[in-house]
Amino acid sequence: MRKIFADLHLRLNWRGQNAALTMITKAVALGYHLIAVPFPPETPENEIEQLRAICSKAKIDFASRVDLRPKTSNDLLRALRRCRRKFEIVAVSCENKQVARQAAKDRRVDLLNFSSPDFRKRFFDDAEAELASNSLAALEIDVRPLLVLEGASRIRLLSNLRREVALAMEFHVPIVVSSGVSEEKLLRKPREMAALMFLLGLDESAALKAVAGSPVAIVKRNREKLSHRYVAEGIRIIREGDDC
Amino acid sequence: MKRVKRRYLALQLDSDEAPSQKELMDTIWNAVVKLYGEVGASQTNLSLIAYDAEKKLAVIRTTHVTVNLVRASLASVTSVAGKLAALHVLGISGTIKALRKKFL
Repeated sequence: MRKIFADLHLRLNWRGQNAALTMITKAVALGYHLIAVPFPPETPENEIEQLRAICSKAKIDFASRVDLRPKTSNDLLRALRRCRRKFEIVAVSCENKQVARQAAKDRRVDLLNFSSPDFRKRFFDDAEAELASNSLAALEIDVRPLLVLEGASRIRLLSNLRREVALAMEFHVPIVVSSGVSEEKLLRKPREMAALMFLLGLDESAALKAVAGSPVAIVKRNREKLSHRYVAEGIRIIREGDDC
Repeated sequence: MKRVKRRYLALQLDSDEAPSQKELMDTIWNAVVKLYGEVGASQTNLSLIAYDAEKKLAVIRTTHVTVNLVRASLASVTSVAGKLAALHVLGISGTIKALRKKFL
């Protein structure tokens, strides 16, 4: 069966239509079938729909995404209440331990992102992995820092990522590989993203799952939940009317 | 001695300018050495088979056990000859004939 490749973190300038179209066309040419673009939480619905229309013209599936950067766990809960039903993907940038733990155990969070290169600010440890394995959150790995960093900082990042990937595998936390790029020349083909995951100790099937299986499953699950026919897990409206 | 199986990779250079053959190979070697060191790079038996500067297409050869290593290194290339660039793998094959037929 043909794999559906997804990049859930394409940071494009969605207000500049030409720049957006160039990046989207490039993503299509490289073999992606689904992209997700992060928006600020207060973005009006019509701006998201505009980008969805551009993607539709370019014949690529589009998912809206929000990146939350809360300072405390209460901020996170408030933001989740506000944003969950508005966006198809909710990612949390975990900048402190309190937020990381809350994000890992909350079933409304889809992606856990640890963007800091400093190992003291990366909170994906055993406890975090265990919490994430009991919820629906996946560990997101952005490829961009692997491409732009050099020397000692890249060595440290590779070491941290290898440890985090091993933990995620041990606790069966899904791994999602995203580009996280805003420049056209830094976009890579899905199989090249998977190849970069060999550096982190993933084998070929696990690497391809991180580019194709896991991200697509997240979008599919959330679309079902956001559909008006969804009632609860396992329950959905299949028919409405007088004859039911 | 066991026969070494070879793999041929067809590459597409995504760059505004066409670098020379030497600049391209230097970039690939540097990427492999940066990620895997000199011992790792020595195991790849990398060599440039063909390069079309106009079409920005190249064919390189490596051993089948180091294909993943080379793929990861190629994906990490962000510039060639000081200019922003990317190297995309069009396809991999066991023979040059099949590679040309399928991907070039």
